[in-house]
Amino acid sequence: MSFLNSLISGISLGSIYAIIALGYTMVYGIAKMLNFAHGDVIMVGAYICFFAVSRFSLPPLLGVLVAVVVCTILGMTIEKLAYAPLRSAPSLAVLITAIGVSYFLQNAALLLWSPNPKVFPDFFKSVGRDGEAHTGLALGPLRISYVTLVTILVCLAIMAALTFFINNGKLGKAMRACSEDKDAARLMGINVNTTISATFAIGSGLAAIAGVLYMSAYPTLVPTTGSMPGIKAFTAAVFGGIGSIPGAFLGGLLLGVIEIFAKAYISTQLSDAVVFAVLIVVLLVKPSGLLGKVIREKV
Amino acid sequence: MKRMLSTKSGKQFLITFCAVVAAFVVMQAIAMAGAMSSMLKGQLVPICAYVVMALSLNLTVGILGELSLGHAGFMSVGAFLGTTTAVALQGAVPSPTLRLLCALVVGAVFAGVVGFLVGIPVLRLNGDYLAIVTLAFGEIIKSIFNNLYLGLDSHGFHLSLLDNKLHMEPDGKLIIGGPMGIGGIQKIASFPVGFALIVVCLVIIFNLVNSRAGRAIMALRDNRIAAESVGIPITKYKMMAFVTSAAMAGAAGALFALNFSTIVANKFDFNTSILVLVFVVLGGLGNMLGSIVAAAALTILPEALRQFASYRMLVYAIVLILVMLVRNNPAIQSFFSRFRFGKKGGVQE
Amino acid sequence: MSEQKTPRVATKMVPVQSHAIVPDRDADKSPVLECHHLGIDFGGLTAVNEFNLMIGRTEIAGLIGPNGAGKTTVFNLLTKVYQPTRGTILLDGNDTSKRTTAHINRAGIARTFQNIRLFANLSVEDNVKLGLHNHINYGMWGGVFRLPRYWHEEKTAHERAMELLSIFDMADLADAQAGSLPYGAQRRLEIVRALATNPSLLLLDEPAAGMNPSETAELMDNIVKIRDLFQIAVMLIEHDMNLVMGICEGICVLNFGEVIAKGSPAEIKSNPVVIEAYLGKKDKKEGA
Repeated sequence: MSFLNSLISGISLGSIYAIIALGYTMVYGIAKMLNFAHGDVIMVGAYICFFAVSRFSLPPLLGVLVAVVVCTILGMTIEKLAYAPLRSAPSLAVLITAIGVSYFLQNAALLLWSPNPKVFPDFFKSVGRDGEAHTGLALGPLRISYVTLVTILVCLAIMAALTFFINNGKLGKAMRACSEDKDAARLMGINVNTTISATFAIGSGLAAIAGVLYMSAYPTLVPTTGSMPGIKAFTAAVFGGIGSIPGAFLGGLLLGVIEIFAKAYISTQLSDAVVFAVLIVVLLVKPSGLLGKVIREKV
Repeated sequence: MKRMLSTKSGKQFLITFCAVVAAFVVMQAIAMAGAMSSMLKGQLVPICAYVVMALSLNLTVGILGELSLGHAGFMSVGAFLGTTTAVALQGAVPSPTLRLLCALVVGAVFAGVVGFLVGIPVLRLNGDYLAIVTLAFGEIIKSIFNNLYLGLDSHGFHLSLLDNKLHMEPDGKLIIGGPMGIGGIQKIASFPVGFALIVVCLVIIFNLVNSRAGRAIMALRDNRIAAESVGIPITKYKMMAFVTSAAMAGAAGALFALNFSTIVANKFDFNTSILVLVFVVLGGLGNMLGSIVAAAALTILPEALRQFASYRMLVYAIVLILVMLVRNNPAIQSFFSRFRFGKKGGVQE
Repeated sequence: MSEQKTPRVATKMVPVQSHAIVPDRDADKSPVLECHHLGIDFGGLTAVNEFNLMIGRTEIAGLIGPNGAGKTTVFNLLTKVYQPTRGTILLDGNDTSKRTTAHINRAGIARTFQNIRLFANLSVEDNVKLGLHNHINYGMWGGVFRLPRYWHEEKTAHERAMELLSIFDMADLADAQAGSLPYGAQRRLEIVRALATNPSLLLLDEPAAGMNPSETAELMDNIVKIRDLFQIAVMLIEHDMNLVMGICEGICVLNFGEVIAKGSPAEIKSNPVVIEAYLGKKDKKEGA
């Protein structure tokens, strides 16, 4: 049963990684940049939700909504101010700028919200008839917390909605066109700037949701909270094949499961090392990730 | 010889070399006169270490053209093994400078070996995938040092992973203590040795770049397929550049560590790799003088801004973004290009 | 096609095997390149199939065909950018299977590319020195420590590079950055770099692409000069029929990955299959 419990918490953690990785992969697919500031958007989302709920006493769902709106605007602003002017610049310049944005967000959070850790409220508990708080379901020896359940369901819903949107929506089609060839898309009358902006908006909105879910599972909130899940999700996106949406989903889930299993069966301290070692092995076997496209250079 | 120095890259080397020597002389003079602030004095060795790190990473990113996001991992290997060497030689080698040199060499050699082992899988990949795998190796190296215990007793070294079960004799001494790292280090790193290390690295890079091997490495960067078509073995030269770069980072790590009394694995994390990458990109890819200036300036800057306390990192971030925006703005670039005297050789931007 | 200039080289072609012909002067020497039943599939698509070819020691051979016929793929197979799915390639009589691109170059095939591939950030001289890479004898440490060998070998390489550049009137450009050269000079530099590797077979992928008639005429002279001076075989892919018919001795026509005709320029010109497949219907218009 501990195996099943580990599997479920692995899927739950993986779902969070998957949601973050979707943002990474969409931005990479369309803007061909590694947005290292993505992890920090998660942190901002978590703070916004935290203050909305604990200071302004908004209901949790509204708090999440506020966080999503703020992060969407934040993502679009970052794109407009920092990345859009560098559209034709070398990719390394964009990467460094993204790192600059990441530093900026972390240090702005440090100034605004102090380095003292905040304890994120637990949204997912119900008070039973006996007056005791319940945080999850117990099916025999199997325990599933509400957080886990909600996380997995939210991730599935996001994945389904996103797949539908990308495949059927007008904007989704524009996004696919831009990721294939920006110049050709522009010639077909697609507004590339708007499309990229929209991609950042969606990615950042998802990051806010991921932030809230991550904080519900690991409730210590500090200004650097976003960097580790950010790096992990980035790894997950590469793992699945960066630029591929199903890849990010699969990569995120696998990474979460591997991490939890490594913690349970190998060593807590070395779990990160195991995760990264698996990534390296996968990339050696499949150099463009699990579901990534193999791009052959034309000679 | 004359021909070598009359070329553009030769002139550039001469300028770089003179600038470094001049900076050293000025710093030494100020220090001798007793006019140096204690803040700057404390920063001299870290500056040297970061300059060497920047030169080393510039070799990988600027000359070889591959992005490494895990360079701090090699620095870490050099720091831990170099410091271990210095501790182990404490009784046997009385001269601190000699001990420091041994530490630098051991740090460089081990980092080079790790660079080779990491390079076998890494260099088979391309572009962003290569970058993420270097990041992964950097994190793995950090995790390993965070869980590594190393002790020394009359029977030699004892090593264990995860638990402090070294089974040492009573006279044994714990050197690496897992997450506690190495403590009680004798601070034997000195500015002159740091300066010498910079010069050695500069000479190696310059001589490498202007030799058959260096040309092959730059050819890989410019056009891998064409390089193969003229009979250049890709893996060999990629590895040569990568290992050389790793070894330099190892020496820098040893120098850095021996300037502090304690050193922990978390010091050499992803953020340190990124910090060095920032030096390299700001200084200009393939531009060694740029790397040196950027590394020195950006190491001092946060310290100098200490009076602004909490705002300094925010300012740093904004400056970083603005510099990237300005440098890549076509209008500003064309404005400055009018004042530029010819393009630098072997530089890719 | 009929009112073309007289060919610059008039060679009598003789058969050496049932399916191959080489210039008569090469008939007593073993061919430099032999391909037998060469083929490659990409996924389910057969890009090249049953490619048989023999090139004489000092032959100038042409590989022509409509766009997408698989001409560059043949070059990529010969230089092992792609590993062939089927068939054998013999270079100087030696099997080249399991060799890498770099090995193939050292064994004697040098090439240029359809889309120019220079080391754009390096100087013209360094580009040529990279062609000489495998003829310069010192290692990494020799370079780092500037051993006497370094000075000696670099001097020799410099002289050789300048000699090669001056053959093509490029000596004065030696210090220029390769990427900043005008288009024609970049194409020439690519050929010089390939020649520097001391090949026995030079592959030119559309060397006249983007050139005006006078530049093309100069290129034709240069190709013949290369063959005469270096005594090597040249194989070229080209759409410019004046060039192909003017200097090529043996021509191979490819369509949909299959060889549809082989022979001398005169034979190819009058081959109805070629005219139909390559130039379109006979009655429509005259060829390029």
